Amino acid sequence: MEYLELSRWSPYAVGIGIGILSWISFLLSGQPLASSTAFTRTAGFLERLLLGKKAMERPYYQKFVPKIEWGWMLVVGVVIGAFISAQLSGTFRSCWVPGMWEGAFGAATWPRLLTAFGGGVLMGLGARWAGGCTSGHGISGTMQLALSSWIAAVSFFVGGIAGALLIFKAMA
Amino acid sequence: MFTKLHQNGKMQLLLGLGLGVAFGFLLQKGGVTDYDVIVRQLLLVDFTVVKIMLSAVVTGMLGIHLMRSLGWIRLSPKPGSLGSSMLGGLIFGAGFAILGYCPGTVAGAIGSGAMDALAGGLPGILAGAAAFAVLYPGLNRTILAWKDFGPVTLPELLRVNPWAVVLPVAGLIVLLLYWLESAAAP
Repeated sequence: MEYLELSRWSPYAVGIGIGILSWISFLLSGQPLASSTAFTRTAGFLERLLLGKKAMERPYYQKFVPKIEWGWMLVVGVVIGAFISAQLSGTFRSCWVPGMWEGAFGAATWPRLLTAFGGGVLMGLGARWAGGCTSGHGISGTMQLALSSWIAAVSFFVGGIAGALLIFKAMA
Repeated sequence: MFTKLHQNGKMQLLLGLGLGVAFGFLLQKGGVTDYDVIVRQLLLVDFTVVKIMLSAVVTGMLGIHLMRSLGWIRLSPKPGSLGSSMLGGLIFGAGFAILGYCPGTVAGAIGSGAMDALAGGLPGILAGAAAFAVLYPGLNRTILAWKDFGPVTLPELLRVNPWAVVLPVAGLIVLLLYWLESAAAP
C-alpha cells in the first residue's frame, strides 16, 4: 500500500505499466489506447445541444458518432484514476496558475486561462487534423509501427519544442 | 480472441472506464499530469515525458507484436498523409507548448486539481475539435489528401517480417534511454 501513496513513481515503472495496459486494451477491447476522439464526440454532444440536430449532419460526426462509448469512458476513467492517485499521495490541490507559468508570466489567473484555452483550440484542431494525439499516435500508434504515427509523434515534439522555446526563451 | 467480449457493449464501457482509471493513475504517478513537467520536457531540461512514452512503446510493441504473431489480436494502424500527420502534428505541437497538457494528460490534470486544465484547456480542446468538424469536408478534399500513404506500417513499407523492425526499434529505444540516463548523471 505504501507504494501507492508515493507522489512519484519511476518513469520506467509508469511506462512499462502503460505498455501492459496497451496489451490488455488490444486483447480485451480489440483497440489501442487513445484519448482524442472522446473530445470530438463531446464536441458533437455540445454542438447538438447548442445548434440542434442539424449540426449532426456534419460528415465528421458521422465518422465519429457523438455517443458514449469505450474511448469516452476511458477519458472519464483517466480523470478518476488521476484523482485517486493524487488523493492517495496527498498531492491533490486546486491550482489555477502552474509554477513555471507563474515564474515567467506572473500569478494572474486570466492570462493563463486564456492562453490555456487558445493552446487547447490548437491542440483539439491539430489532434483531429493528425487523426490522433500523444496517446493514440504517440504511444499506441508508434508501438504498432504505423508510419502515420511516427510522423505525427515527431511533429508533435518538433512543434512542441519550438513553441516552448519561443514562449519561455523569447517571450518570458 | 475474445470477439464476443469485443462486441459486448456494456462490458466494453466498463473495460474502457477501468483501463482509463489505470491509465490516469499511472499518468499522475509519473508526474506528467503536471504542467511544469510537460513544459520542462519541451524545453529539454527534464526527460520524464519521453522516458515514460518510450518505455511504454517498447513494452507495448513487444507484447502486441507477440500477440499478433500468435493470432490473438489484430493491429489497427491509422492511415495518414503528410498533409494530415505532419501538418496536424505541428499544429498539435504548438498547442502542446501553449497549453502544457495533451488530451490524455489534460484529463489527468483535471483529476489532480489543475483548474487551468478544467476551465481553459478542456473547453479549448472541445472548441478545436468542433472547429475541425466544421472544416473537415474542405480539408479532406485538399490538405489531408496531400501525399497520402494510407494505414501503412514500417515493416510493410520495408517489405520485411514485422519482427525485423520490432527488435531493432526496441534495441534503439533501450539504447536511447540508457544514453539519456548516463547523459543526465554527473
